[in-house]
Amino acid sequence: MSERASFLLKLMAGAGLLFLHLPLAFIVLYAFSTEEKSYQFPPPGYTTRWFAVAWERQDIWAALTLSVQVALIATALALVLGTLAAGALARTRFFGREAISLLIVLPIALPGIVTGISLRSAFAIADIPFSFWTIVLGHATFCIVVVYNNAVARLRRTSPSLIEASMDLGADSFQTFRHVVLPNLATSLLAGGMLAFALSFDEVIVTTFTAGQQTTLPIWMLTELIRPRQRPVTNVVAVFVMAVTFIPILAAYYLTRDTADVAGSGK
Amino acid sequence: MTSPAVRFDKVSRHFGPVKAVDEVDLAIAPGEFFAMLGPSGSGKTTCLRLIAGFEQPTGGAIEIFGEHVEGVPPYRRAVNTVFQDYALFPHMTVAENVAYGLRIKGVDKRSRRLRADEMLSLVKLSGYGDRKPAQLSGGQRQRVALARALVNEPKVLLLDEPLGALDLKLREQMQGELKSLQHRLGITFVFVTHDQTEALAMADRVAVFNEGRIVQVGSPEEIYERPRTRFVADFVGGANVIEPAAAARLGLPEGLWSLRPEKIALGGGDGEAIRLQGRAQEVQYQGAQRRVTVDLGADRLVMVVPAGVANFGEGEPVALSVPAAALNRMEG
Repeated sequence: MSERASFLLKLMAGAGLLFLHLPLAFIVLYAFSTEEKSYQFPPPGYTTRWFAVAWERQDIWAALTLSVQVALIATALALVLGTLAAGALARTRFFGREAISLLIVLPIALPGIVTGISLRSAFAIADIPFSFWTIVLGHATFCIVVVYNNAVARLRRTSPSLIEASMDLGADSFQTFRHVVLPNLATSLLAGGMLAFALSFDEVIVTTFTAGQQTTLPIWMLTELIRPRQRPVTNVVAVFVMAVTFIPILAAYYLTRDTADVAGSGK
Repeated sequence: MTSPAVRFDKVSRHFGPVKAVDEVDLAIAPGEFFAMLGPSGSGKTTCLRLIAGFEQPTGGAIEIFGEHVEGVPPYRRAVNTVFQDYALFPHMTVAENVAYGLRIKGVDKRSRRLRADEMLSLVKLSGYGDRKPAQLSGGQRQRVALARALVNEPKVLLLDEPLGALDLKLREQMQGELKSLQHRLGITFVFVTHDQTEALAMADRVAVFNEGRIVQVGSPEEIYERPRTRFVADFVGGANVIEPAAAARLGLPEGLWSLRPEKIALGGGDGEAIRLQGRAQEVQYQGAQRRVTVDLGADRLVMVVPAGVANFGEGEPVALSVPAAALNRMEG
């Protein structure tokens, strides 16, 4: 009886996982399809020429470059601001602490469309033209959260007497930060940074509201779907995006596996 | 006359309305093994943190070897601390932990490794240098913390509940080792504890804290034999406190007295002794001895009966005697 239930459970779980991940397999499959106008199944033939075509396309390179730049800068910004916020909120108690903590974490809970619209109207009111930096700002709002969550979890588990011990042994605040606080945060910051990079790299919704005429890689893919020809090229790019975002998330998981503090990775 | 290792002059540390430390005067002599004893929240740990520099006084003056240290940050004080949770840096090896202070001072890598190894052998941990703190037992971590503090050659070593996390056997062993280490190095040790046996066993002098104030300072014998207040009598060794009214009832001289349980004798005693009759109310077995609460009608006395003396059950009559010299007059 229990054997049967367990088998059924396995089947259901397997079906669920398949439902989630099978579409990804199709993306990979169609990247090799010879049919360029529709998603015909099974594909009439297989080819690797779309990888060559994608490689030659300047618009892809431009979008990719923009995405990587935005992701790098948004992540760098998030690392600095997220760590500082975590440092301020991890242990001290002051009036409004909970409220500030909530405000920092809010962008990840808020629908991207709300963040996007509010940023867009804010830029309009302040008369800020769309630029590289408006995209970076939009992405930084949620990148900060993942860095903050990782750093704050680590700081809370770090004994406060470590900092006192360092100062007791002759280190000033800066030396203590460099030799004790930062090394203790290192893996959690690396994990947070990689998650932030992955989040930024494939973000669409906030970007549509803050990019103006600029095209990041996910936006390029979205517009490309409407085009009738060379559909497999989009899939080639999709495979690439999968690889770029999957590897850091996997690495972040392994880095913080035994500490169980990869938080906020669910945007 | 050299200046004291640590001097408190009317030092206060208030947290809002809470007077954690309230106008404390204190002088610790160089080379002394000094204990700050008290229940939790009595201000002893705050006093230690004031010496270390983690807290700043809200009033009064603190001197370390004659130098005023108000406003001086911890990293510019010639004192080092052994923390209650040891606070070893988890990302460094044992040797790196011990060498941390030297590294900050800019000592080159080879000499600091050499000094770290020396210190590790001093605390009997030779060969453990390349391990991580997580691979050590509680007792070993404590030794590393000790080595890490001592490598800086502090003028005063502060120990916050140094033995609190260790089990009984290890604790007794470390008591002896700390004492001999202090004797060998000649450094002033100031340690905080809530355990009166620990304070009495290790310290040259003990300060008893209660509610942010020092209630009595003295040698372990003075503290134990001649407590000055009800609090000290009760907190250190659980003496009988005999209120003036009870003294009158029991035929004792007028006054407030403390009386150590082990000084009460069974039977008649000598001519000077005060003889009392009562009933055993509660008998508590403690291995080497039994702790007996004797009901004397309106009053109760706790006495200690060594193992080997015939046991008596609860409710049985007890004849006891109190030598006059065993009574200690207190101030109130």
